[in-house]
Amino acid sequence: MRFGKLKQKTGIVHINKLWCKGCGFCVKYCPTGVLELSKEYNHKGYHPPYVKHADQCRLCKFCEVICPEFTIYVTDEEEENHSA
Amino acid sequence: MNAPMTDEERFRKENPMSEFLRMERMPHIWCPGCGIGTVVNSFAEALKKSDLDMDKVAVVSGIGCTGRVAGYMKFDSLHTTHGRAIPVATGLKLANPDMKVVVVSGDGDLTGIGGNHFIHAARRNMDITVICVNNFTYGMTGGQVTPTTPTKANASTTPYGNYEYPFSLPFLADACGATYVARWTSLHARNITNSISEALKHKGFSFIEVITPCTTLYARRNRLGDGLDALQYYHDDSEIVHGADTREVDIEFQSKIKMGTFVHREKPTYLEAVNTHYANVIGDEYQLYGKTTPEREAEKKAQEQANQGSK
Ligand SMILES: Cc1ncc(C[n+]2csc(CCOP(=O)(O)OP(=O)(O)O)c2C)c(N)n1
Ligand code: SF4
Ligand code: SF4
Ligand code: SF4
Ligand SMILES: [Mg+2]
Repeated sequence: MRFGKLKQKTGIVHINKLWCKGCGFCVKYCPTGVLELSKEYNHKGYHPPYVKHADQCRLCKFCEVICPEFTIYVTDEEEENHSA
Repeated sequence: MNAPMTDEERFRKENPMSEFLRMERMPHIWCPGCGIGTVVNSFAEALKKSDLDMDKVAVVSGIGCTGRVAGYMKFDSLHTTHGRAIPVATGLKLANPDMKVVVVSGDGDLTGIGGNHFIHAARRNMDITVICVNNFTYGMTGGQVTPTTPTKANASTTPYGNYEYPFSLPFLADACGATYVARWTSLHARNITNSISEALKHKGFSFIEVITPCTTLYARRNRLGDGLDALQYYHDDSEIVHGADTREVDIEFQSKIKMGTFVHREKPTYLEAVNTHYANVIGDEYQLYGKTTPEREAEKKAQEQANQGSK
């Protein structure tokens, strides 16, 4: 989807599986359904999320604010690739 | 040679929250599905958006699960004794009027043991921001009844259901004289951020109540499920009513939750009232209390320049 020169944003989701307590908030409230809880366990015995549909991330960062464990953050794909 | 950074170390370093959190203290003690962390994120977002000097922000908490916030946030912070966050914040503000003092504490701490401080800070329109994480219970000590526990709810001190009449905190704050009053749930993270931004700009006593799940005690004792069930309830049964009459926003057990900005009015702050009063009764002799350091410095400089000019 394009609106004139406006380009759709894409985010890169960084998840620290170690601190996740598997509450599922990020999975349920991501507006575009990017995340899913994995079958794997972390060392605390919780199921952390993984990025299932990376191309769907619109960089809204709602997962970042709703995560009570400070264990997700999202960066701008464009900035990452330019600075790399 | 330095060992390479582990994934966890890199995450601590590169996480944008490292600007606001003492990352070395993470992971925190809060339970799975507890909403306190979301409130901290929303607060950090508001600070990010503000033009405040971060060295002039102080975070003060009382005791409780929410009381941990002061210890986790990377600011000048004070973890006070139970119920005393507001008096300590008041002292801090009066000694450093150019500081932005924010209290983050629990419903039990702020309105139970600390209730008297709450009503008088609101009455005086003390220039501080108070964020109350209201989970309807004394979380840290095992789920006892607080002044906000809804009637009928089960708590460890009311195993057959609560028979008391709870406080409606926006009504309490409004009736006492608070000049900014808002309520959200922890699902409404963006709205919490906007309200905190408004509160940080507001002069006077600003109060934000955030309804938040205590999964381990309140939700479990009342068979309300996990954190996701709490957020679903907030999603289904909350309604935004900006400017609502605070007499009509009480919360009953699992009832509809009215939220929004209820009160936003201007009134002289405590320090402004002190100055106006003494300037009136004492006159020119009176030295204004509570000038900010930059104001004092600017005045001193102007005075020196005036002195030089007259030589
Ligand atoms: C003077 C004093 N009385 C009692 C306690 C025990 N105490 C510790 S935390 C707490 C309850 C805190 O409840 P709340 O403020 O609602 O915070 P929450 O844990 O729910 O976030 C109590 C009663 C104490 N630490 N000091
Ligand atoms: S940034 Fe937004 S779109 Fe991307 S994963 Fe997080 S919640 Fe989903
Ligand atoms: S919101 Fe945070 S703690 Fe909850 S499942 Fe997602 S990553 Fe884990
Ligand atoms: S006891 Fe309740 S308030 Fe305390 S951390 Fe656990 S869920 Fe949160
Ligand atoms: Mg509480």
